[in-house]
Amino acid sequence: MSKYIVSVIQNIGHRVIESIWRLGVGSRFFLLVLLKSGTSLRRFNLVIRELYFTGVLSLIIIVVSGLFVGMVLGLQGYETLQKYGSESAVGTLVALSLVRELGPVVAALLFASRAGSAITAEIGLMKATEQLAAMGLMAVDPVARVVAPRFWAGVISMPLLAAIFSVMGVLGGYLVTVVFIGVDQGTYWSQMQSAVDFRFDILNGFIKSCFFGVAIAAIAVFEGYDAPPTAEGVSGATTRTVVTSSLAILGLDFILTAFMFRGVS
Amino acid sequence: MQRTTLDLWVGIFVIIGIAALMILSLKVGNLNLSGSTQSYVITGNFENIGGLKVRAPVKSAGVVVGRVTNIQFSTQTYDAIVTMDMDSRFLFPKDTFASILTSGLLGEQYIGLSAGGEGVMLKEGDKIMKTNSAMVLEELIGRFLFDKASE
Amino acid sequence: MSSENLIEINDLNFSYSTRAILKGIHMTMPRGKVISIMGGSGSGKTTLLRLISGEIRPSAGYVKFSGDVVHELSRDKLFKLRRKMGMLFQFGALFTDLSVFDNVAFQMREHTDLPESMIRDLVLMKLDAVGLRGAHHLMPNELSGGMARRVALARSIALDPSLIMYDEPFTGLDPISLSVIGNLIRRLTDTLGMTSIVVTHDVQKSLKIVDYVYFIADGVIAAEGTPKEVMESTAPFVHQFIHGEEDGPVPFHYSGQSYRQDLDLGDTRV
Repeated sequence: MSKYIVSVIQNIGHRVIESIWRLGVGSRFFLLVLLKSGTSLRRFNLVIRELYFTGVLSLIIIVVSGLFVGMVLGLQGYETLQKYGSESAVGTLVALSLVRELGPVVAALLFASRAGSAITAEIGLMKATEQLAAMGLMAVDPVARVVAPRFWAGVISMPLLAAIFSVMGVLGGYLVTVVFIGVDQGTYWSQMQSAVDFRFDILNGFIKSCFFGVAIAAIAVFEGYDAPPTAEGVSGATTRTVVTSSLAILGLDFILTAFMFRGVS
Repeated sequence: MQRTTLDLWVGIFVIIGIAALMILSLKVGNLNLSGSTQSYVITGNFENIGGLKVRAPVKSAGVVVGRVTNIQFSTQTYDAIVTMDMDSRFLFPKDTFASILTSGLLGEQYIGLSAGGEGVMLKEGDKIMKTNSAMVLEELIGRFLFDKASE
Repeated sequence: MSSENLIEINDLNFSYSTRAILKGIHMTMPRGKVISIMGGSGSGKTTLLRLISGEIRPSAGYVKFSGDVVHELSRDKLFKLRRKMGMLFQFGALFTDLSVFDNVAFQMREHTDLPESMIRDLVLMKLDAVGLRGAHHLMPNELSGGMARRVALARSIALDPSLIMYDEPFTGLDPISLSVIGNLIRRLTDTLGMTSIVVTHDVQKSLKIVDYVYFIADGVIAAEGTPKEVMESTAPFVHQFIHGEEDGPVPFHYSGQSYRQDLDLGDTRV
């Protein structure tokens, strides 16, 4: 029995040390990517190509989910608020929840599973099929040529997608509460506008989504580049990208929220 | 050939994204009072601010003319110093009266300004001398009961 | 001396942690020749290629490439050196997100400022040399294994290197493709005047096209010579390898603890 407990503790310790180790390697890789980003900026068409895969191909899922999340918020918000006779505040509720939290966070979670996993799988497969090694032997640095453009495409896409998500959500809320339920449309917009502040809500939401973009893109490229060059290795790395970036998004969200809205409440 | 359609899609994506940011800023966020370049700061001491919060609006005749940017407690006068960021399009006389009001029965609290009659206007860093505290429900009820009892 | 020998390898040692892979290898590779490195799987052939290209550093000894010691070069110099090397990976390692044309054009676009019209002409010339000019618009996943390897060959000669390394170029090919690749290696070496290193265990095919053969076993050179000498060799290892016998100097069993011990029949060690 005691042997069993010891082995469990050893196992946990081993995993903790292993994760710290990976965090260190990952951070070093992140710096390396930043250092080697010169090529991406000089040859921006490399980034544009990746923007298509990370940004444009994520549009559909972001637009549809944004619309539905907004519709649900409108419906739920209306049900609750009308009990207190303040259904006019439904616009405020929809907009504030989206702009401050749901927009950046849900869009980032979707982005991690749609684009982050794709980036990891692509880089991992390129490594497994020796494409990265071949590139290195052609005297082309794979980090500069393959990794950095994908990283920057992710960083650029994320805030734009989060903004699109929020706008679609506000439209979804409008659709449900104004068009279907019949809340006055002037009230919907004016209540929203008087409550949502540019600097505190929208700018902070935008900053959040930028942080999420960096986190997801960094995790995705690292997991791909670090993946064992086998089929299981790549699939494991893809899963880890989604899990790690989801946790990173939620953790970062807490830290950023605490930091941004500290003085205000 | 394939490349141009790809570029086109990326262009559309970026335009939609930036348009979404613009909509958020202008339509949802009502961006017009944020520029600190076009504002001036005034302060006022209140005996009791009730539930006033940072970012609460400063209104005059119901129109938003500024926002509360800071609330501090003064250890010299033992009251609250409220800092307000005022839109520089709106100037108020020196003897303007500031009071903390509530929108509706349970709504948020804001600062209401009623202009005085003096010729000199408030400028950057000035202090409003005439203030009126927030109404606190307990005090109100207490006074009401006291009045009833003394009848 | 360095004008005649493109590569000189002197007392090269390499080990992964404590496991020694290569133990004191000496080789010379003259310009314009096809040199074959043979040996069983896991005998360190691929490691040798990686040492030549400077991907890994030797634990002792050196590789000289036209007079420069590879592992002493700075990163920039090493990258410059690699432009003179081509490498054909086992399965081609074509960039799957680029078309055949863009794959061959890759190095020209990365390393030169040639105008697009000239790149187009050069790429078609290289593809013509491997007989795939008509396939320039295809994507790598539309190619057969043999075609993919020919495209990879065209890609590796894109910048007219002075050395091409082939890592098991014959693996998994049908006999026709195999002949095509073999003859291409010979022909390109002769027409472009470069040096080719072919790592392989396909004895019969490679002996027909190469100028010199090295056999590696257990990290040392077990035998060397021209194809004719090798065919006539009576050395037990070479004999086993060429005729593909199951047991001989290269044992069937990977060394480990005794069979009895593994089966838990009691410790038989003294």
